[in-house]
Amino acid sequence: MYTQALNTKDTSDTSRPGDSARLAVFQATIDAEDKIEANDWMPEAYRRTLVRQISQHAHSEVIGMQPEGNWLTRAPSLRRKAALLAKIQDEAGHGLYLYAAAETLGVRREELYAQLLSGKAKYSSIFNYPTETWADIGVIGWLVDGAAIMNQIPLCRCSYGPYARAMIRVCKEESFHQRQGYEIMLTLCRGTAAQKAMAQDALNRWWWPALMMFGPSDTDSIHSADSVRWKIKRFSNDELRQRFIDATVPQGLHLGLTFPDPALRLDEASGHWQHGEIDWAEFKRVLAGGGPMNAQRLAHRRQTEDDGAWVREAALAFAEKRRQAKVTRVAAE
Amino acid sequence: MSRAEAQQAIALGDDALVLGHRLSQWSSRAPTLEEDIALSNLALDLIGQARLFYTLAGEMEGEGRSEDDFAYFRDASAFRNVILVELPNGDFAQTMMRQLLFAAFMHPYFAATAEHATHAGFRDIAAKAVKEMAYHVRHAGDWVIRLGDGTAASHRRTRAALDALWPATGELFEMDADETALAASGVVPDRATLHAPWQATLDRVLGEAGLARPDGDAHTLTGGRRGAHTAHLAPMLEDMQSLARAHPGATW
Ligand SMILES: [Fe+2]
Ligand SMILES: [Fe+2]
Repeated sequence: MYTQALNTKDTSDTSRPGDSARLAVFQATIDAEDKIEANDWMPEAYRRTLVRQISQHAHSEVIGMQPEGNWLTRAPSLRRKAALLAKIQDEAGHGLYLYAAAETLGVRREELYAQLLSGKAKYSSIFNYPTETWADIGVIGWLVDGAAIMNQIPLCRCSYGPYARAMIRVCKEESFHQRQGYEIMLTLCRGTAAQKAMAQDALNRWWWPALMMFGPSDTDSIHSADSVRWKIKRFSNDELRQRFIDATVPQGLHLGLTFPDPALRLDEASGHWQHGEIDWAEFKRVLAGGGPMNAQRLAHRRQTEDDGAWVREAALAFAEKRRQAKVTRVAAE
Repeated sequence: MSRAEAQQAIALGDDALVLGHRLSQWSSRAPTLEEDIALSNLALDLIGQARLFYTLAGEMEGEGRSEDDFAYFRDASAFRNVILVELPNGDFAQTMMRQLLFAAFMHPYFAATAEHATHAGFRDIAAKAVKEMAYHVRHAGDWVIRLGDGTAASHRRTRAALDALWPATGELFEMDADETALAASGVVPDRATLHAPWQATLDRVLGEAGLARPDGDAHTLTGGRRGAHTAHLAPMLEDMQSLARAHPGATW
């Protein structure tokens, strides 16, 4: 998890003389569907766009550990407990690959953390909702990891090599998470009346926030011609959202659940599921920090940073002592 | 005999589950992302061992109890884990010190079980677990060395962790009449024979960390094997068991 198209556009121009020849090579590489690698020349705006997108994605993975972590100690069977712990561990791993991909662009992980904690950097709005019952664990795997896959499959072909390769690994694990989440839902829906009610309630609360994961509607979004030309973005927000709805609605109906959208109906002519209007005011509010859990998510992350500071300092001090001891040893030989 | 064997499997399962659960409480709270992943690995190893031991115990009892019956439907007084594993995590130094003290014992315990145990059920689990515990000794040992020989503050915390946990280490070597009888017939190792390898691992790590092995009484925090737990276990289990118990008979 989880990139979210926020369509921020890079406007600053930092071109220098001689760039136009290099720019032509750069664009030709992309047009040929070859990869740009860390040491290749790239326009500053490309670099900044990628740093912003990749770090936002990395932050989402790391913040995304918290809502599911809320049920880790209460998982209702040992099998589910182990699976949930392994899933959250995967998300930490995704954060790690993505920070590493961002670092190839010349930023340090510590700077990116600082941007997250200061509120300067965003993360996916979905993680600012609370996980109220165990069924939320099923719904998050099914819908949230499912939406992440829709967003991220095209990124496996992103023009920036380190990001594309990280996405290939991440997508494999996200599809495992999606299946696992659906399987939790299936078990609940075949279970007791209380379990089925829990599943329906979770779908009611998470459906709209999941649709918002694809970002603003195409009519309202700042169209980023650069991202398209650079092959960072290949499909529009609404196209990806539609694919997700078309894939997900039949799965929900198979579970015997209903969707909290009275306008949802299959358009026979196009074969697509049509949906009601998304509450964009809520989307903007949550993204801007006004969601039910924004403050707690950042406070948790800040506390973790603070609590671990002495450990990181000790590890650095130890490494430095060992390095100096080695220098002294080598000098004595 | 099979009742005593099942009791052994339950006690080993309880040690693993309670410590695995404690480690899982670190998820999203570790000092670095790398360490978050490592702590989850340790927790997953232990939860995996607990599942195997509970399943074995259920087979030995022959009364149809599942792994989840053992984990979710027994109260604290029925748990047979040592006190060492139920104590709260404390800071990162205490978590790593506890892991070292426990794994430095379990590694030779499983090595002896894998090699000599007369019961195939114990032998098979031990053959897998011995590799996992070797990693736990290495990982926790590396951290104890780093923290002990890091900054003045980290040294102080590591020292305090060792002092706080030391009184709970003696229980690792305690054996009741049933376990003594099983050890005599070769089903489980004699815990007394593991004191030397345990101490050798500790001395090596503590030596590199610049810490001395405490000479205080190692037996003042004991009783877990008899079901006499500290006040820390019951709330941990209440949280862990709350959802499963709210829906008795449900499948998850
Ligand atoms: Fe992820
Ligand atoms: Fe995921």
